[in-house]
Amino acid sequence: MLNADRKTPILKVEHLKKYFHVAAGKLHAVDDISFDIMKGETLGMVGESGCGKSTTGRLLVRLHEADSGSIQYDGTEVTKASPREMLALRTRMQMIFQDPYSSINPRHTVASIIGEPLRIYKKVKNAQEFEDRVHSLMKTVGLADRLYDAYPHELDGGRRQRIGIARALALEPEFIVCDEPVSALDVSIQAQILNLLMDLQEQFGLTYLFITHDLSVVKHISDDIVIMYLGQIVERANTDELFAHPIHPYSQALLSAIPIPKLNARKERVILRSEVSSPINPKPGCRFAPRCSYAKPDCAASDPVLREVSPGRFVACHYAESFI
Amino acid sequence: MNTILEIKDLKVHYYSNRQTVRAINELSLTMDRGKVLGLVGETGAGKTTLALSILNMIRAPQGKIVAGSIHFNGQDVLHMGAQELRNMRGKEVSMIFQDPMTALNPVLTIGDQIAETIYKHEKVSREEAWKKARIMLETVGIPGDRAKEYPHQFSGGMKQRVVIALALACNPMLLLADEPTTALDVTIQAQVLDLMRSLIRNHQTSVLFITHSLGLVAENCDEVATMYAGEIVEYGTVEQVYGNTLHPYTQGLFGSLPDLSKNASRLKPISGLMPDPTNLPKGCYFHPRCPHVMPICKEKHPEPAVTDGHLVKCHLYHRKQGN
Repeated sequence: MLNADRKTPILKVEHLKKYFHVAAGKLHAVDDISFDIMKGETLGMVGESGCGKSTTGRLLVRLHEADSGSIQYDGTEVTKASPREMLALRTRMQMIFQDPYSSINPRHTVASIIGEPLRIYKKVKNAQEFEDRVHSLMKTVGLADRLYDAYPHELDGGRRQRIGIARALALEPEFIVCDEPVSALDVSIQAQILNLLMDLQEQFGLTYLFITHDLSVVKHISDDIVIMYLGQIVERANTDELFAHPIHPYSQALLSAIPIPKLNARKERVILRSEVSSPINPKPGCRFAPRCSYAKPDCAASDPVLREVSPGRFVACHYAESFI
Repeated sequence: MNTILEIKDLKVHYYSNRQTVRAINELSLTMDRGKVLGLVGETGAGKTTLALSILNMIRAPQGKIVAGSIHFNGQDVLHMGAQELRNMRGKEVSMIFQDPMTALNPVLTIGDQIAETIYKHEKVSREEAWKKARIMLETVGIPGDRAKEYPHQFSGGMKQRVVIALALACNPMLLLADEPTTALDVTIQAQVLDLMRSLIRNHQTSVLFITHSLGLVAENCDEVATMYAGEIVEYGTVEQVYGNTLHPYTQGLFGSLPDLSKNASRLKPISGLMPDPTNLPKGCYFHPRCPHVMPICKEKHPEPAVTDGHLVKCHLYHRKQGN
């Protein structure tokens, strides 16, 4: 690791908001979140379905337009970048998608999918160079040469996900948003892909935003973790500290719900009441309060702000101090 | 007799494009009354096919139970008539399907769907069945007043609870739970499993718990069977299999999981991929991926070796035993 570079944030997100208009009102997908990611590190983003983690990932690479807030990537404001600036930015920021079945074009060959960014950005001068480059990308992600002319339907999920990774690497980016890259895969294949992502990070000094709902995976791969609930960040901490001692009541419940594949690991489980409330026109006050076993009347009265409760530890809970 | 389910040398094939998919290969399995058996394995191992075979629901002509026998509670499932099967399904053996979104009929209210099952199997009036349906819903934590609502009015976690209510409506002796919580978020999964555990314990139901999560097996099951390419490669109590994992495939599954208590930098995945079920390798089906492969593995299919009820299908253990 380059120690000098370690603590410069490559990406700074401030007060980011994205609301979707739906028939029932405004869906608060991402509601005023701020965080930053250090160069060469992995930030894990965890939360349950519908908490806005994929929307956040997409906002960062501008697949969605933000409603307000700022995303600073290495000094450039992503939300206001001109098409020309955006074109340049996309060579530096890439994304790996969740579903390896729908994120690659079934009518293109493996080579044409992996090489498409090279062609669009005119990174290669001739057919020979194209072929060499694609072959080397395939080698990097562990795809056999014989699959060069294969079509996606001939391949299983793990190999398709490798295509998605190779395509994301084609332009030699610095930052990759990994949106649940292993959740569609079987455990033995999942482990292969996780190892690959970690090797690539080491080899190319990549920075990741790793979005997942699988807490064991996120612990394995991340340096820092943010936990989201209904469009907001409820806790942000260093991975080891978070797992040693979750502070926010939602983090506590989430971590206690992880099934441990070991004998006699059965532990006290925080079983939450009811279910996630709707992100459409949410009421003011703490969004987790209806499920929280520590909720007090004033929790519903005002929004808890994400604040530093101990060095490097951010929690959005009125009573965070009582859980430390 | 304490055996509720006995499967012997079961073989199930699917046919497509003149190819034969060998989904289940000479699988034998015995389940005791009141036990929860975890069945783990990856996509395509044949877990769901096994559950469907127990209900004799393999659909012809594309699928066929080619050989073997299945006895449930002493009755021969594969030689039952249509009426007998109908009586058994939903009453004595019921199934929780993986996807709660597609397991319910979208144009019937959930009350209707549960009442129908009760009405068909128990000698009760329709009103009586409805009353029972409401009680069933309340047992799974859904207010009885919502019985008149349609599936789309419920969230995923609630739908799965409706499916559980449906499966347990007639107090089955055997419950086949096919990945009952895979589609749910972890905190909801914890709620649903908590509920399932208490219902099962109250009714002494035997459960075949199909999952790909070794964590869920450790927390919910008494026994565990690992499935690979249509056969059971390891079987034992949870203590035996987790405490002394024998088969290289089961070991590989454990190695693939990130360990929450350690900070290992790399996982130890199983190399390679699941074999093509239309063209299974000669000898042991796992040998192309196995780190301990020996010459005999490529030639001869291993016979099961059993010590204290802990079964493993692997040549490594034959050698150690000196057979």
